[in-house]
Amino acid sequence: MQRIINDPLRVVEDMIEGFVRAHAHIVEKTDNPRVVKAVGTPKQGKVGVVTGGGSGHKPAFIGYVGRNMCDAVAIGEVFASPSAQIFFDAFKAADGGAGVACLYGNYAGDNMNVKLARRMAEKAGIRVETVIANDDVASAPKTEREKRRGVAGEVLMWKVAGAKAASGAPLEEVIRVAQKVMDNTRSIGVGLTSCTIPAAGKPNFHIEPGKMEVGIGHHGEPGVAVMDLQPADEIARLCLERILPDLPFERGDEVVALVSGLGATPVMELYITYRKLHDLLGEAGLKVAHAYVGNYFTSLEMMGVTVTLMKVDDELKELVAAESECMGLTQFKHA
Amino acid sequence: MLVGLIDTIDANGALLSEIDGATGDGDHGINMTKGVRRTREVLGNREVTTSEGLEMLGNVLLTEIGGAMGPLYGSFFNEMGGACRDAEFTDKETFGRMLDAAVEVMTDLGGAKVGDKTMMDALLPAHEAYRAALADDADFPTALRRMADAAEQGKESTRNLVAKLGRASRLGERSRGTLDAGAVSCTLILKSLADTLGGGSSGNA
Repeated sequence: MQRIINDPLRVVEDMIEGFVRAHAHIVEKTDNPRVVKAVGTPKQGKVGVVTGGGSGHKPAFIGYVGRNMCDAVAIGEVFASPSAQIFFDAFKAADGGAGVACLYGNYAGDNMNVKLARRMAEKAGIRVETVIANDDVASAPKTEREKRRGVAGEVLMWKVAGAKAASGAPLEEVIRVAQKVMDNTRSIGVGLTSCTIPAAGKPNFHIEPGKMEVGIGHHGEPGVAVMDLQPADEIARLCLERILPDLPFERGDEVVALVSGLGATPVMELYITYRKLHDLLGEAGLKVAHAYVGNYFTSLEMMGVTVTLMKVDDELKELVAAESECMGLTQFKHA
Repeated sequence: MLVGLIDTIDANGALLSEIDGATGDGDHGINMTKGVRRTREVLGNREVTTSEGLEMLGNVLLTEIGGAMGPLYGSFFNEMGGACRDAEFTDKETFGRMLDAAVEVMTDLGGAKVGDKTMMDALLPAHEAYRAALADDADFPTALRRMADAAEQGKESTRNLVAKLGRASRLGERSRGTLDAGAVSCTLILKSLADTLGGGSSGNA
């Protein structure tokens, strides 16, 4: 395992320290070493937006804490949900007296820890509502959407909900738009190589050279199908083939497209993928309102790409267009 | 009992991670080992009651080990500890109550049933076997042995199951053919408890 780390059992501690030093004008530490918050948090009267999850997915989750984005993050070990205590402390850090929106991904650990943390918050008089991301079409059939895992679609959820909360909206409204994002977003991932958790020291699965895994997970789980490696254009086509009918996206719809690398993918290759994606979207009668291409939700050093599509109306378009400042997504309004 | 538990889990860390790697992300052993070593640290050289020890282990897992196993095993040990708080010593009735409490919280929190390919495939049959033994008026060691055997069988049954919950459930048919890591660790734990309380050896995982 060739990595740039110190003690493999302290990668998260070391990362947090490096992160808050590098981005000191955006984020700061809290009393809990596994909770980081946006500078200026909490803002009294503003809904607190919290997210959390395992480390190893940067920029997710800590990279989305900032202006008009998330207010606090619960940081777990690599690929492991943060404990209930950490989520609870994140709720407390973000709470400005107007309630907390906890927006996170659908994984067994996160579900249980958030559940327990909400009970703790209730006892402490903090109102916490949740929206659970479930945009990955590969992880369960359409009829069992509630079982699907949350992947890159979460980034759009934080963007939209972060902007809504910053505008002074009440908790119900922040939750409503976050849920609207998940109801209108679908994703899928294709993986070329697996990854290694530093503390484990070796990859736990292997993709044969010349093959690719469709429906890859973000934690080193194998995908649901293995095929021969295809050119980028075919990968783009394959992804849309699975995403478009799932919502379904229809001719005339406006969409936000998000293509993310998985950590080891040359960014050049993400743009090569997007080239064809853009064409295919046009052929399907879909207009791209905004495109994001880059590393938005990764998995350590996995090679691969994820494609996310969100159907937007005027409300979602406006919230997506809002300015934001955080390590993972800094955006300005166009003139 | 606590030291026995800690030692058992610590000794099997690599095995648990390997099994977990087949259908998950391979960190079950790491997390469990971290949790029990931390508990060893917190315990130090102190003498604690069974109840205190179990709650200590439960709290460490709950607060320091996230993932799915932190809340599940954390609640498991916490509830067990709570159920024997007022008991002078752990007899067969007390242990029955401890098992009842643990099963209830696990069902409430995780929602898994027999056949889902989770730790519950070991725990639920083990609980049933223990209760049945008590109803049969079996003595404590016998009841514990039946519980351990049922856990072992339940664990083995997970090999041919398709996972319905947790990370492995994303794999569909590809999750068949390997044991569930949670069922393996749960069986280790129940066997360790049976060994310590029953005064005999129930074999290895």
